Amino acid sequence: MALKMALTGNEAVALAMKQINPDVVAAYPITPQTDIVQYFSQFVADGEVDTVFVTVESEHSAMSATIGAAAAGARSMTATSSQGLALMFEMLYIAASFRLPIVMPVVNRALSAPVNIHCDHSDTMGARDSGWIQLYSENPQEAYDNTIQALLIAEHADVRLPVMVCQDGFITSHGLENLEVLEAQTVKDLIGEYRCEHSLLDVDRPVTIGALDLQDYYYEHRMQQVHAVTKVQYVVLEVAAKFQEITGRKYGLFETYRLDDADFAVVIMNSAAGTAKVAVDQLRVKGVKAGLLKPRMFRPFPAAEITGALGHLKAVAIMDRAESFANTGGPLYTETRAALFDQGCQIKVANYVYGLGGRDFTLREISKVYDDLARVADGGEFPAAVNHLGVRE
Amino acid sequence: MSVAKKAPGWKDLPQGGYILDAGNAEKYLTGDWRSMRPVWDAEKCIHCLFCWIFCPDLSIIVEDGKMKGINYDQCKGCGICARECPKRVQALTMVKEGTAKEGGSTHGS
Repeated sequence: MALKMALTGNEAVALAMKQINPDVVAAYPITPQTDIVQYFSQFVADGEVDTVFVTVESEHSAMSATIGAAAAGARSMTATSSQGLALMFEMLYIAASFRLPIVMPVVNRALSAPVNIHCDHSDTMGARDSGWIQLYSENPQEAYDNTIQALLIAEHADVRLPVMVCQDGFITSHGLENLEVLEAQTVKDLIGEYRCEHSLLDVDRPVTIGALDLQDYYYEHRMQQVHAVTKVQYVVLEVAAKFQEITGRKYGLFETYRLDDADFAVVIMNSAAGTAKVAVDQLRVKGVKAGLLKPRMFRPFPAAEITGALGHLKAVAIMDRAESFANTGGPLYTETRAALFDQGCQIKVANYVYGLGGRDFTLREISKVYDDLARVADGGEFPAAVNHLGVRE
Repeated sequence: MSVAKKAPGWKDLPQGGYILDAGNAEKYLTGDWRSMRPVWDAEKCIHCLFCWIFCPDLSIIVEDGKMKGINYDQCKGCGICARECPKRVQALTMVKEGTAKEGGSTHGS
């Protein structure tokens, strides 16, 4: 039976971690992820989980200890934000290339400098090529659901890759919302017992992990990762179908909102998608055929499926809550635009960067984008290929 | 770096660069890293086995307490053996790889 609760995004993720009951959690607190570690360490102190909680001196150590525990065969988790994720950078690649099914909630926060504790996606976008799977969450419900599904995806025999579960700092992490959570026993049954194939602690079947791998084998090991990534999509959908059977909540590679008969749409991730949906509803009342696509899985990028869903539109605005400093737009834009080009789509498309450092993203900002889209769909042009929304001149 | 002709492809290797067989360093031939080659003179050798004690790669072949030659499959040419060989003996000398007239051993390249 589903239980209704009012939880923040951080509370929801901490609850998911409690229900997963990992063998090891090694984590370091950082705003705005702090609550997750705080709540979880309380569960440990109160004996509500069997987890060994490792207090570390930095995020580099948090990820290192999590990797060590996972290599030893433990179901291992950590969580971070922003500078913490940046400090983990070299270990992120190692977690992925060791093929360790670590699940890590990441609460999206801007990167320094100047110092900023509020939401944008530059932290996880910076780690997009590290070999981790990335799932993005609009609200506490999705953050909770994605955390549980991430475990099943990561541990799947065809995948065995780590997963980041992203949610927006403060907006989602500290925003209280009603959500449905699963019974502890339901989660326990769903995730089962973790059995790793090779454990560093198995003295009967010794294994070397992390050996030197030069010109003669490194490339083959990278190719194995490339192959594993091609399997992620079907596993994500398989897990989503299983999850839907239990909860009734439907997940895919992305969510579409009033898109099927739309003339134009925005592509937007995480909490801002909620704001954009309100704008879509308001426009629909006026008879304007506006739509929305919200990617859930950014890594690997489901290029063909996304272009398939956008193919009928006259104009698309790709919304990035991160800068790439490339003069070519943000990461979601470059990926989506390249995918549209590959499919031979002749849709007019432009990039809107928004909300950097937690800058408010309201109906006023998104309405401007939909106004531009309506003009472009009527034969006009976007103000620029890459636009910066809501910044003072 | 030499690659064995029939080295396994990505479909056949254990995932994640894991090495599942113990003691496998023996199979990894480091001899082709060598730019300087130790040449052993059996006539001069007094079999003190300093070279065997100091060789970091277990590349000095010893049988029945006697120095027998050098395993060139593993020897990286670090020169420690030649340095430790007593000054008055000098049974081991380092020569530039490719200029040695003979290897001094039937083992390896």
